[in-house]
Amino acid sequence: MIPDIAFYVFAGILLASACMVITARNPVHSVLFLILAFINAAALFVLAGAEFLAMVLVVVYVGAVAVLFLFVVMMLDVDFAALREGFQRYAPLGLTIGFILMVEIGLTAIDWKIAPGARLAGLAPMPADISNTTALGDLIYTSYMFVFELTALLLLVAMVGAIVLTHNDRHGPRRQNIHIQHDRRIDETLTMVTMKLGEGSHQITPHAVPDREIAQR
Amino acid sequence: MDTGFFATDFGILILTLLKSLALIVPLLIGVAYLTYAERKVLAAMQLRRGPNVIGPFGLWQPFADAIKMLFKETIIPDGSNRLLFLFAPIITFGLAIIAWAVIPVNDHWAIANINVGMLYLFAISSLGVYGVIIAGWASNSKFAFLGAMRSAAQMVSYEVSIGLVILSVLVCAGSLNLNTIVLAQRHIWFAIPLLPMLVVFFISGLAETNRAPFDLPEGESEIVAGFMVEYSAMSFALFFLGEYANMILMSGMTTILFLGGWLSPIPFIPFTWVPGPIWFILKVAACLFVFLWVRATLPRFRYDQLMQLGWKVFLPFSLAWLVLTASVLEIFGWLPHA
Repeated sequence: MIPDIAFYVFAGILLASACMVITARNPVHSVLFLILAFINAAALFVLAGAEFLAMVLVVVYVGAVAVLFLFVVMMLDVDFAALREGFQRYAPLGLTIGFILMVEIGLTAIDWKIAPGARLAGLAPMPADISNTTALGDLIYTSYMFVFELTALLLLVAMVGAIVLTHNDRHGPRRQNIHIQHDRRIDETLTMVTMKLGEGSHQITPHAVPDREIAQR
Repeated sequence: MDTGFFATDFGILILTLLKSLALIVPLLIGVAYLTYAERKVLAAMQLRRGPNVIGPFGLWQPFADAIKMLFKETIIPDGSNRLLFLFAPIITFGLAIIAWAVIPVNDHWAIANINVGMLYLFAISSLGVYGVIIAGWASNSKFAFLGAMRSAAQMVSYEVSIGLVILSVLVCAGSLNLNTIVLAQRHIWFAIPLLPMLVVFFISGLAETNRAPFDLPEGESEIVAGFMVEYSAMSFALFFLGEYANMILMSGMTTILFLGGWLSPIPFIPFTWVPGPIWFILKVAACLFVFLWVRATLPRFRYDQLMQLGWKVFLPFSLAWLVLTASVLEIFGWLPHA
């Protein structure tokens, strides 16, 4: 009984917050509702007995992706008036595109074939002594090793691409280089001077190597 | 206990509530006295006396502070997002508490002894950043927002190395279950073969809990008090207590991953008679003392140094150590078979 109640509560919150993601006026609220939706989806995974997927969903999506998302959305100064401008002009175009997408998805769904063995495989009893973490690991790192590595490589390519596109080598800010600081010798930075009484220090020019020169070595 | 009332759905609910109460009450008392301990330890290290007026040795000080906080006025700044503003401290404090659901203080003494306990802890601690970000944004204040930005970048960066450290422990233990991880340390604590990882984990833990020397999100000398600038009264107290609860949680994680949890450090008769929870509490207290000691000793890091340490030192090092650990286990055939 309690799992049933929990299922309906989590599913209800999930659907409600998913709707709020697209209807909320404030983009920050949208992201927060998205996070709520993720967490409820994780709770549904737990109820379905897939605790590993649930935790990974929280770690990856809520803990990392959504944080960066929220970060960016908060930094953007969104002007709501400008966003709503031209809403009526673009509405027919948007609706058309939405309709085409819906038809396309519908066409795919009509032609959808379930693999013949899938139903039987689903009926097979779960091995009792293997947790789903172990089972997933066994599958991914043996049968699907190649696909898994390929996915990782794709992500790596995307990451390198993003870095190449956005990286610019700025020369303006002077960064601390700990090695240079440690390499510096005392005689490069310090001059011992015996001061004569009655004379100022204006004649003394330190012959220490300037920072710039050290930085170029 | 497997039969009768506590086997029914409702009974399990009641039992879980009772167990939670048995864990949360000592935890909250621990949080209260950690604030006292911090002031006393800092005072001792700075040759002062610390709180000594209220009660014997100032022992009622935490309660006096709590009562003071309760009776202060909660000020909600103009132009802030009221709901989120009040929600943020609740998230911070709540997350610090719910993580304890899986922490075993003795053999099978956890509220939920789940298969993916370690992942659960990691997931909960990765959510901790939301309290800070939401607080910074909802306050509608420049300083608060700067603090939130710093904190988001800092916590996300250090989570990466924490994840790799946890992985190298998991490779040795062969399970995500916290109970199994502790029992895998019966012969030798992971602190000994994985000592460098313990150091990386502890330092990353300092950054994750926004403690000195990584307390840049608060940075009272530059951005006043960072994300909690606008908070007052109980909402401030929740942030404050959340920070301490997070410290206790991080010490608990260190204890379980590296210091053998509830296991006795000396496996002889008089010491093995001491109940497990006592050892657990002693180990957590030792970690907490280091937290306070570090605060009294080290000045705050500069922001670029913090990022450099996280990404250029800890990340490659923990990755290399993970590969090394896995290789050694594989070559000598020590891999645990779960």
